[in-house]
Amino acid sequence: MAQTGQLTKASERAPAVSPVTLLRIAIVLGVLAIWEFLAHSGWLYRDVVPSLVAIGRALGVLLSNPDYWFNLGVTLYEIACALAIGGISGVVVGLILGGNRFLARAFEAYLYYLGPTPKIIFFPVMIMWFGVGSGSKIALGTLSCFFPVALSVAAGMRQIDRVLVRVGKSFRANTLQMIWKIYLPAMRHPIVNGIRLGLGVALIGTLLAETKLSNKGIGFLIINAYSTFDMPRMYANLIVLFVLAIGANALVGRLGGLNTLKG
Amino acid sequence: MSRFGPVATGLLCLLLFFAGMQALIDSGLISRYIVPAPSEILQSFGRVVMEENIGRRFLVTLSECLTAGVMITVFGVAGGVLLYRYKLLQQAVETWVAALAAAPVVLAYPLFMVIFGRNSWTIIMIGFVAALPPVILKTLEGLLGTRKVLINVGRSFNLSASQQFWKIMFPAALPSIFVGIRLGLIFALINVVGVEFLINFGGLGQLIEDLAERYDLPGTYAAICFVILVSVLFFMAVEKLERWLRPVN
Repeated sequence: MAQTGQLTKASERAPAVSPVTLLRIAIVLGVLAIWEFLAHSGWLYRDVVPSLVAIGRALGVLLSNPDYWFNLGVTLYEIACALAIGGISGVVVGLILGGNRFLARAFEAYLYYLGPTPKIIFFPVMIMWFGVGSGSKIALGTLSCFFPVALSVAAGMRQIDRVLVRVGKSFRANTLQMIWKIYLPAMRHPIVNGIRLGLGVALIGTLLAETKLSNKGIGFLIINAYSTFDMPRMYANLIVLFVLAIGANALVGRLGGLNTLKG
Repeated sequence: MSRFGPVATGLLCLLLFFAGMQALIDSGLISRYIVPAPSEILQSFGRVVMEENIGRRFLVTLSECLTAGVMITVFGVAGGVLLYRYKLLQQAVETWVAALAAAPVVLAYPLFMVIFGRNSWTIIMIGFVAALPPVILKTLEGLLGTRKVLINVGRSFNLSASQQFWKIMFPAALPSIFVGIRLGLIFALINVVGVEFLINFGGLGQLIEDLAERYDLPGTYAAICFVILVSVLFFMAVEKLERWLRPVN
């Protein structure tokens, strides 16, 4: 509480910086100070908590290494393929289930309960089907991505305003026109939301598969750093990965939001 | 017919799919060294259950999930209440908690292994960290969403701050808190089984990895089916529990 009081006084002196920003800065600085203290305390095994300088140096080395960009490219390619295949098939299945009550009651329960199962357990099967290369990683990412997109689109389709559907029918729109002109524009939110969820799980699925069995990609770099106990490099890889994952999630959400404002 | 027709159609399609796979594998169009026949998978169920200590493995996974579940309930609800009480803290960190919910925490499993070692605590802690944000956010959402009229009723009775919280705010937030705990338990199970598989340690996740490494394909498929079955039953049980515990609005 005393700290909050100090922060409030500080904000009065410098109104340009809000108390919220000051608190955020204080939390970040506090965490970094505790981290640095732990790094030098000798309480933990050496390098379990490396110093911030070592992590910063490792981050610099990592980002200036062309090999890193190659591996990042491999991972991004796998995630993009997984998102494209899983996303498109998810949208198609979602449209079918959302548009047909009989099919929804026949099959949606399977999707609903299979959706949250841990997909990584399918990895041995994917290796058998698609080999040890990028194929098995893309397949696992696709499998992860498919369920949230399909369920979100199916639910979204059922929430479409019936007036819009009647307008489309009164203009004698055919099935393809109904999908392009009515259903898809009316379902921007569920589709963007589904793709956002799908992107998150596709990323996790692909990278976990890379950590399990791979010789390229960011997942491989992380597990390689762990295997050689190069902790600063592992932390650097994780930091970049988390920034990219959270950034991509925010970007998809922001794009969805912007579309809504423009629409 | 109208009620059971779609369900029967779904089951029939599933059976037809398995029959089709059996025929394709028997005819050699699909290699049984890549996809074992459904009949082989069915036969290996008994073997996997009897020989692979599946009961003990199930209990290990369940205990890891429940430990993570207790931890997310305690720390998640406390975190949500803390953010509700201190508005400045809420404004400062709510977006961070939401970002953590979207962050691929499980990818940091090598880091958890370094900190906790290759043991159950690594698995439990990943389940805990990954499942914590929904409980915090849903607790906060529930407290913030308490209807004004209920708060006013509490004030009209001159309730103290503590009474206002325990008699009005907390009961009103319970439905949302239970939704958060249900989501958290699902996240915990996904992460626990996933990490067991990845680090080859623990219960059901390790079983799949074990069988795959032995190239016991029917056993691997049977174990995957078993894990899916357990996951589905777990989700259904958690859903029922949430409905049972949730106060009637």
